[in-house]
Amino acid sequence: MNSRLFSIIRKEFIQIFRDKRTLALILVIPIMQLFLLGYAATNDVRNVPLAVFDQSNSPEARALLDAYRAADYFSVAYTAHSEAEIQSLIETGKARAALLIPPDYPVRLSEGNAQVMFILDGSDPSVAATSLSAAQLIGQNHATAILSQKVSRSGQNLKLQPPVSVSTTVWYNPDLISAHFMIPGVIGMILYAITAILTASAIVRERERGTIEQLIVTPIRSWELVIGKVLPYTILALFDTLEVLLVGNWWFGVPIRGSMLLIMVVSAIFLLSGLGVGLFASTIANTQQEAMLTVWMTLLPAIFLSGFFFPLEAMPQVLQWVSYLMPLRYYLSIIRVLLLKGVGISSILPDLIALTAFGIFIMGAAALRFRKRLD
Amino acid sequence: MILARELKKTFGNVQAVDGMNLQIAPGEIYGLVGADGAGKTTTLRLLCGALQADSGSVTVGGADVRTQTEEARAQIGYLSQRFSMYEDLTVLENIRFFAEVRGLSSRDWLPRSMEILEFVGLAAFQNRSAGQLSGGMKQKLGLASALVSRPRILLLDEPTTGVDPVTRQDFWQLIIQLVSQGQVSVLISTPYMDEAARCHRIGFMKQGKLVAEGTPGQLRTLLDGQILELRGTPLTEIRHLAERTQGVEDVQAFGDRLHLRVEANQALEVISRLETAIPASGGVLTSLRSLPPTLEDVFIALSR
Repeated sequence: MNSRLFSIIRKEFIQIFRDKRTLALILVIPIMQLFLLGYAATNDVRNVPLAVFDQSNSPEARALLDAYRAADYFSVAYTAHSEAEIQSLIETGKARAALLIPPDYPVRLSEGNAQVMFILDGSDPSVAATSLSAAQLIGQNHATAILSQKVSRSGQNLKLQPPVSVSTTVWYNPDLISAHFMIPGVIGMILYAITAILTASAIVRERERGTIEQLIVTPIRSWELVIGKVLPYTILALFDTLEVLLVGNWWFGVPIRGSMLLIMVVSAIFLLSGLGVGLFASTIANTQQEAMLTVWMTLLPAIFLSGFFFPLEAMPQVLQWVSYLMPLRYYLSIIRVLLLKGVGISSILPDLIALTAFGIFIMGAAALRFRKRLD
Repeated sequence: MILARELKKTFGNVQAVDGMNLQIAPGEIYGLVGADGAGKTTTLRLLCGALQADSGSVTVGGADVRTQTEEARAQIGYLSQRFSMYEDLTVLENIRFFAEVRGLSSRDWLPRSMEILEFVGLAAFQNRSAGQLSGGMKQKLGLASALVSRPRILLLDEPTTGVDPVTRQDFWQLIIQLVSQGQVSVLISTPYMDEAARCHRIGFMKQGKLVAEGTPGQLRTLLDGQILELRGTPLTEIRHLAERTQGVEDVQAFGDRLHLRVEANQALEVISRLETAIPASGGVLTSLRSLPPTLEDVFIALSR
């Protein structure tokens, strides 16, 4: 092995392990992020607090309420006694939804045209959207149940059934658990952020502390310096990947259905982009702070336009095009597929090619810009 | 050892180095002096290739810095003005790193590192982290790491600035020892004239150019007969009087006396003018005599 390269790598590792605080951050932050996003960044709507104003006070109304209780989307949190009370409960945020049952509910029900009112707090659209469809579904099911009861009571012996029924099966993530979707995203984000920020600041630190002046006058070549600086952080980042995968699997039950080797290889290819961005930032920045901010500027668009939080399909066409420039986009789609579906290399090939091309392009451009000089 | 021709370097619209010519012979100690901002550091950085010159050429031991960069650098040991060792590594780890990247094999680096640490007197501190060394020890560590790969020329950029006199003395003993063993040439930039006086040759830099060059003796003769020492009372009034006297270029106060620099061949005229003018203004002239010029006098004269 090239001994100069080896010396740089060893020196870098000594420095990493001597700076215990940074090392701890590198190892602990991914786990913190994992837990934070695994729990917080979820679209699963459970136990929306529901206020009920039952003006009929009838067994029929209680049956309807039971239907709402049975599905765990809502929990009946308040029993209100006036519309004004409902309004104040929703305004103060104590209840996110309200169900109003009119006094004539049993009468109208027997006539076959009962109506109840469902009020939703729309200030959080994603909660409201899920609650709305849940409320409608529960209502419909209840109505169907009443109807079929009625029919059977009227002595007709036919079982009432809707003419068409759609039977749904969800593959790969049957319970639609957000964590299974988020955790691959966390891996991608952490790989990108850690490699880019650490690489940039490791190189800029040499400039900031003046040590670059000694490095320059040694026979070290630019590429040796680049690889020697970048490789230790690659290894750390791959370690982080493994860490997040295993903790995600053990704690959140995120499946790892694809080949572990393939996952690590794809992650290593993705790292090229993060390292390249870090290297590029280091050629622009003069201080570690500048380097950090430069990386941040690329980090936010990368996260928002990668389909990490928001579905790409919902974005305006222009942003969808821009998203094709984000390496994180390809990595996320690959890693989600690999973890949840467990497919082989052939079905991820187009994304993998794009990811590799971006990695080589970014790394190459940054390496060309990188000069082992003071000016 | 080093040959620089018509070196030029501009930063923005500042002409930092403006046509430097420099030649340093094997075994020579060459002192580069000049006021702050004269271009000393930039010159040294151009010579070792840390900066690229806008024009001109540098060869080190026959190797062109621009085209045969690695060969040229292999012969240079460079100690920058700013401490540029890794503060979070120990003394020995620093030396090892720089020894290895300069091509010492895994078998050679340890004996050579210990030898060089012994030489600069840091052997006892080999496991201390570089950040915890005193200013003087840091400079010695820098020197050690510059020397570890046995360079043929040492470029030292103000190595003794901010270092106490005893350590400065130590540092110079090391340099003189190295040169007398015939191992290296030394190019040292310094703001101290007593250090400049120890060099074989001195170059004065001003606004990016070499304005005078020669042995300390040769440079001192530039001002032969132009320095007068004056004692008398009241000194402040005499000083103002002297500054207005025809033929006087500069007046510097040195405690209880004044140093006057006079125009060439004007010493006798100035003496007779002052001998009449001072008593006439009510002052007392105790003594007024010609002095051999010092490098400090030359430095000040050339800097104006």
